[in-house]
Amino acid sequence: MAIKSLDELKKIRDASKKKVDLREKGESTDNMIELLVGMATCGIAAGARETMKALNDAIEEAGLDNVKVIQVGCMGYCHSEPTVQASIPGKEPILFGNVDVDTAKNIIDKYIISGELLDDHVLNRTFRKA
Amino acid sequence: MKNTKGKFVDLDTKKLDIEKLKELDAYIESLEDKEGNLIHVLHKGQSLFGYLPENLQLYIARKIGLPASKVNGVVSFYSFFTQKPRGKHTISMCMGTACYVKGADKIFDAFKAELNVGNNEMTEDKMFTLKDIRCVGACGLAPVVLVDDKVYGHVTVEQVKEIIDKYRKED
Amino acid sequence: MSNYRMHVMVCAGTGCEAAESKIIIENFKEELKLKGYDQEIQVVKTGCFGFCGQGPIVKIQPDNVFYVKVTPADVKEIIEEHIIKGRRVERLLFEDPKEKVKLEKHDNMDFYKKQYRIALRNCGFINPEDIEEYIAFEGYEALGKVLTEMQPEDVIEIVKASGLRGRGGGGFPAGVKWGFTKNSPGDEKYVICNADEGDPGAFMDRSILEGDPHSILEAMAIAGYATGANSGIVYIRAEYPLAIKRLEIAIDQAREMGLLGENIFESGFDFDIILKLGAGAFVCGEETALIHSMEGCRGEPTKKPPFPAESGYRGKPTTVNNVETLANVCPIILKGSEWFSSIGTETSKGTKVFALAGKVNNVGLVEVPMGTTLREIIFEIGGGICDGKKFKAVQTGGPSGGVITEKDLDTPIDYESIKEIGSMMGSGGMIVMDEDNDMVEIAKFYLDFTQDESCGKCTPCRIGTKRMYEILERLTNLEGDMEDLEKLVDLGNMIKDTALCGLGQTAPNPVLSTMRYFPEEYEAYAKREKTKSYRIDPEKCIGCTLCAKACPVNCITGKVKEAHVIDESACIACGACFTVCKFDAVIKP
Repeated sequence: MAIKSLDELKKIRDASKKKVDLREKGESTDNMIELLVGMATCGIAAGARETMKALNDAIEEAGLDNVKVIQVGCMGYCHSEPTVQASIPGKEPILFGNVDVDTAKNIIDKYIISGELLDDHVLNRTFRKA
Repeated sequence: MKNTKGKFVDLDTKKLDIEKLKELDAYIESLEDKEGNLIHVLHKGQSLFGYLPENLQLYIARKIGLPASKVNGVVSFYSFFTQKPRGKHTISMCMGTACYVKGADKIFDAFKAELNVGNNEMTEDKMFTLKDIRCVGACGLAPVVLVDDKVYGHVTVEQVKEIIDKYRKED
Repeated sequence: MSNYRMHVMVCAGTGCEAAESKIIIENFKEELKLKGYDQEIQVVKTGCFGFCGQGPIVKIQPDNVFYVKVTPADVKEIIEEHIIKGRRVERLLFEDPKEKVKLEKHDNMDFYKKQYRIALRNCGFINPEDIEEYIAFEGYEALGKVLTEMQPEDVIEIVKASGLRGRGGGGFPAGVKWGFTKNSPGDEKYVICNADEGDPGAFMDRSILEGDPHSILEAMAIAGYATGANSGIVYIRAEYPLAIKRLEIAIDQAREMGLLGENIFESGFDFDIILKLGAGAFVCGEETALIHSMEGCRGEPTKKPPFPAESGYRGKPTTVNNVETLANVCPIILKGSEWFSSIGTETSKGTKVFALAGKVNNVGLVEVPMGTTLREIIFEIGGGICDGKKFKAVQTGGPSGGVITEKDLDTPIDYESIKEIGSMMGSGGMIVMDEDNDMVEIAKFYLDFTQDESCGKCTPCRIGTKRMYEILERLTNLEGDMEDLEKLVDLGNMIKDTALCGLGQTAPNPVLSTMRYFPEEYEAYAKREKTKSYRIDPEKCIGCTLCAKACPVNCITGKVKEAHVIDESACIACGACFTVCKFDAVIKP
């Protein structure tokens, strides 16, 4: 579909606006949980593909239908790749580091399902953005 | 025919694989500006043949209508292009600065000793080619070694033999 | 199902751990158990907050309250006051140094976060393969605004007024560059994005292309409109396959939505973008060399003038901008030049992305306002030096830059100040070195790189760097003398003055700057006093043979239960023997 004017562009923006609120502040109008996996070259080198697969497998195993796994670029935390941001509506987004296959499973089983944080895997957002 | 270093050079383009040449021809034909896309043609050639031997360079030169010297000048200028055949596996040692300050040179020496080859050389059994590469951008994992596309991070001298053995056993 | 209602997050970064954060965690766990809250409240170790000067840091969630400089003795009070009674512990809140007010919420402290992401704004937030996600984050609005509401002159004025300078290393004002191309006569013009990131140790351009490719495409279209070009080309390294793939997807999606192609936003403006692959040549980062490479030739630089703005790709007026420079363009258009120029220093506006790597705890990609000090970058955001070792130097500007030492760590960094202290901004590689790094070897490493990458066109660079490298080789082989040091300086200065392009002119910098700050290390080599191999203390060695087994080059010999010996001529100083020895018998060089 071709966009012909600024207004048409803004319509598309407004339709996807809730993504922004969920990812930045954890606010959302629906119940969808998002998991962002850092899939830049360095993340993939550190095993992000395996991490993403493990997340998807664990979601399927737990029978969750309100969790979406999305690939994103580099989050900048090279020291803790692979990285995963978990955005649950109503909660501040949490950034997990060093997410290997086991940790990925724990993110689903412990954090998403039980609200338990994973010791030693929580990172902090150390920046603000334009 | 011998090149400037006295090495015998095979310029017989008939020895090249016909099927691969057909694919290369089709690619060249699809380009509007053939000369301006010489580097893209060479990328295509290297991905088809694995490397760019002299006879292939000559073939490309004739196909595009350029002097062979110009094609060879471009091939030898860029480090991405190789004129030598490669082993079954390519072991690439990242020599970016982040890896270097974390001891990449020591690990590279250990690979050379273990494989008994120098930089950019193939082992006698044609299993491995060892080479150094510039930063792969996985500086968080430094020092980094690539075996083909697989990345090994935080590599230590002790792991060198392990990594090599893993591939030796697979074959 | 366990359901924690509250989380106590304690920083376990190196800085905070040194300041007893481990004990704080233990105290929290014990005290919560004692009071019977351990099933409702979870204590979690977290990574660095990038605020090490205020550590140890404790954050209580979901209240989002942030306590600083917490001691183990404060734990009880936090639990009794905050967790049980719901009252803030005022004295542990961070106090704004200017306003003298206590800030309790982490969100309010945004201003104190050292990093400000403009170029990296979308990296890690959006799916780079989905154009709608980019649009959700204001994507293509800047292009729409420019095409429907602004004249090309206005666009150039905004970019000029913002003070945006080239992020590839040169620091040339981007708006001025655009103005040159616009004013050059020509029916056909080009916009080129320089994505030939060659500095070994810098990867910000790759991260932007992989994480937010549309931001570059949009900025190129804006540059095209401003300068009168209808074609854009991204010149990208073949070594970046993922970035290439994501760019290709992004270009297809933008074309499909009519955001590239003909008559964009029905403004009558046409613009399309193609990719051209590089093939591994550092010198192609230089704009004239890059253009030759795009034309299918060897990437050799040519003399300027003529500048690409007059005669560039195919002899037509051409603008060449670096990836990070372009990544700043859309926010400038949307938020205005005043917003952008309010960030940074007098001469350098906005932010700079650095690839922080080497012997630093938090290796990562950081974006900070110009004027941030190196100490803040390395010790706050970077969390300090690995393994508690001592900071020695930081190399900026890659093979073209120099080292910066302890005494200059508090200099606010911008294009000018960093030159004054003997280095340069470069593309943003920042390699931290500790006490174990040998500066002569580091200089040799860089020279090996530039020497290898020299295109060979001009003599000073082709032969001069080779000779310099040979002298360094002689020195490190302990075959040199003091005269060699003078020769290095002379030769270095001569190459700086006479080489054709930026690569040659800056090639001697790593050598000259390490000689300036670490003359004693060069002298130790020149006087042949430096030992390079590991040795074994025969008094301590019990002959366990572990070291001999670990040695990758088999240069350790000795019988079982007898002291072993290292053949110093064969030792590669890898340190494997040092790591395995359980008796401290191996001596470091």
